[in-house]
Amino acid sequence: MSQTLFQKLGGDAAVDAAVDIFYRKVLSDDRISDFFDAVDMEQQAAKQKSFLTMAFGGPNNYSGMDMRRGHAHLVSRGLNDSHFDAVVENLAATLEELNVSAEYIAEVAALCETTRNDVLGK
Amino acid sequence: MSKLTYNNTTYTCTENETVLDVLHAHDVPVPSSCRSGLCQTCLMQAVKGTPPEAAQKGLKDTLKAQNYFLACCCHPDDDLEVTLPNTGTARIKVTVNNVEQLSHDIVCVSLHSEQPLDYKAGQFINLFKDSSLARSYSLASVPAQDNHLKLHVRKVPDGRVSSWIHHELKKDDMVEISLPVGDCFYASGKPQQAMMLIGTGSGLAPLYGIARDAIAQGHTGPIRLYHGSATLDGLYMVDELRQLAEKHENFDYIPCVSDEPVTDESISNGHVLDVALANNARLSGWRVFLCGNPNMVKAAKKKTFLTGAAMKDIYSDAFIAAN
Repeated sequence: MSQTLFQKLGGDAAVDAAVDIFYRKVLSDDRISDFFDAVDMEQQAAKQKSFLTMAFGGPNNYSGMDMRRGHAHLVSRGLNDSHFDAVVENLAATLEELNVSAEYIAEVAALCETTRNDVLGK
Repeated sequence: MSKLTYNNTTYTCTENETVLDVLHAHDVPVPSSCRSGLCQTCLMQAVKGTPPEAAQKGLKDTLKAQNYFLACCCHPDDDLEVTLPNTGTARIKVTVNNVEQLSHDIVCVSLHSEQPLDYKAGQFINLFKDSSLARSYSLASVPAQDNHLKLHVRKVPDGRVSSWIHHELKKDDMVEISLPVGDCFYASGKPQQAMMLIGTGSGLAPLYGIARDAIAQGHTGPIRLYHGSATLDGLYMVDELRQLAEKHENFDYIPCVSDEPVTDESISNGHVLDVALANNARLSGWRVFLCGNPNMVKAAKKKTFLTGAAMKDIYSDAFIAAN
């Protein structure tokens, strides 16, 4: 039986390894840090964890509608394609740092791409 | 919309209102402080109906099981009948053993409890001035070393509870406190891990407890305590901390003064967070404790995380001022 992308990446353990690295990157990226700079960092980190689980093709229950609702307040603050690209870029850099192959990174990026219109409310 | 009953009177609670909103709107004297679900001052118990899970976040399992909840973040799904906590289960009576001046605006309150209290240094209690007014204070005492609970109370301008503590509270007074709660404490395991403790003002209280607790539990990694104050006279327990540093090779105490020049070379000039980060540029693998001024705690959480500390290794307690 062929493994899912989530299994190939290492499952939950891979998400745990990636979440701090990824969150650190987005908080340090001036293009997007404002969107991630929450008072409650633990809660924000938990959101990053759900995002990474989804991006890795792991189990999640997000619908397109959830994506729209969850990001609407950010869209009203100016969230656009350039920010979306920056997030995907930071995710790719995170995976490179964890020695994930270019082939899998491309698969993760493609998965993120399927959410673009819903996230940006288009 | 749900029905809320308190003291034989029933109120309606709309979707956007919390139990605390409704009761305060009807002048029911429920104690409250941070209104953010953190300080647990507005603890109540549902005697009929089940409180939503979100209103029980951070409560001890024993209290959750008895349908205790926080009124400030309770949007009830069901009809509820609620009461204030009973003395004996969620609140206990203690005796004031001593009130001692630590600095120009901070006193140490020692409290004696007849029944042994299960707590960890760095956790906090709510001290009740009367049935409707309470404030949270961190524990500077270590259960295995100190006979009494010790709190450091800063005199807050116009603070109703801190003024009472500073000017009226005295030895042998009986007061009520909540059971100790909070997750800012030293957990055993990883004794070699480097630890950074940063506090401002009376944020020293939990850190003083946590540092001594870690040492007592055999922590071997470096423990660096940075205490910051705007002015020199805001530093306190300097001698005790220096003695602790002399006695334990792995413990360092670095007092910092930010707003006035200091000639004493043993005191660092600058904001406590800047000094701590300048001394320790990379924090990968460190355990970090942050207590005191909410702005400092927020900035420090972000900066220590960005310089490498893992999110799960950052413990904090922001002292949010009550209205």
